Amino acid sequence: MRLALALLLALVLAAPAAASERHPTLGELEGEVMCPTCKTTLDQSSAPIADRIRQFISARIAAGDTKSEIKQKLVAQFGPAVLAEPSKHGFNLLAWVLPFVALGVGAAVLAWLVWRWSRGREGSPAAAGGPSIDPELERRVDEELARFDG
Amino acid sequence: MPARLKHGLQALTIAVVLGLLALLIWKVVHQDEGVKLGGGRTPPAPQFALARLDGPGKLKLASLRGKVVVLNFWASWCAPCKSEAPRLEAAWQRYRGQGVVVLGVDGQDFSGDAKRFIRKHGITYPNVHDGPGDIGTKYGVTGFPETYFVDRRGRLVGDRVVGEVSAEKLAAGITRALQS
Repeated sequence: MRLALALLLALVLAAPAAASERHPTLGELEGEVMCPTCKTTLDQSSAPIADRIRQFISARIAAGDTKSEIKQKLVAQFGPAVLAEPSKHGFNLLAWVLPFVALGVGAAVLAWLVWRWSRGREGSPAAAGGPSIDPELERRVDEELARFDG
Repeated sequence: MPARLKHGLQALTIAVVLGLLALLIWKVVHQDEGVKLGGGRTPPAPQFALARLDGPGKLKLASLRGKVVVLNFWASWCAPCKSEAPRLEAAWQRYRGQGVVVLGVDGQDFSGDAKRFIRKHGITYPNVHDGPGDIGTKYGVTGFPETYFVDRRGRLVGDRVVGEVSAEKLAAGITRALQS
């Protein structure tokens, strides 16, 4: 049952990605391709070369190219820096790996601190059932409370 | 939290901050701002080997050693590049017999667009394609067009011409490079 659910979830998540790969839109590629002169994504640029790249993308979409094919053609013309996402090999791989490493280290430190904190509470006199308050003080508090209630 | 652990975490935090600061300083120091010109400086022209737009194969700047090179950075989408193209072609025709080569470097452009531009403007001097614009960055190009003069020994001479180059500036730059 769990396996079937996991498969279903994977299918639900993979379907839009596959559709986007086969039938990309200009809008989504504008956010994934850089303008070579202004160093921003196309959707934030009105430079002449940005307009020309938008025109190229539209023509390639109309010709039936996939998203990867369009990106490959742009990289062949302008180099890998034309892609907004860093490539997944060489030094650029760090940009993909480091956030997960930082997340893992952060989670481990947090878990360790929580573990230390809970152990500290278990070892405290109150948790151990020992006297948590001075008996004389407790008696005086009870007397004051009784007088207050009366 | 035990004192040892506290000190360890503090040391780790300081190390991470110092590491990031060192990275930032390294990036600023190693930023490629291109060659420094003017004031009588004659730095060596950054070398390159780029795909030819006027034929097959690559053209190496080093292969032009012994000639004066007028290096013109341009793009097909740049308006002033269209107006200066006839002047560059005229200089090529006038000075080629004296060992001068005009070399166009098309940057941040589609090679197909560049080839159409060359045909449309009747350009006969050699042209190469620097799609990512990396070579332009090495020279310190900040926009298109820009023109540099390389002497026979492969050194940049005089000042670069930023923007559309006039016939007078072309003649002056070529004369200085020939006499260098």
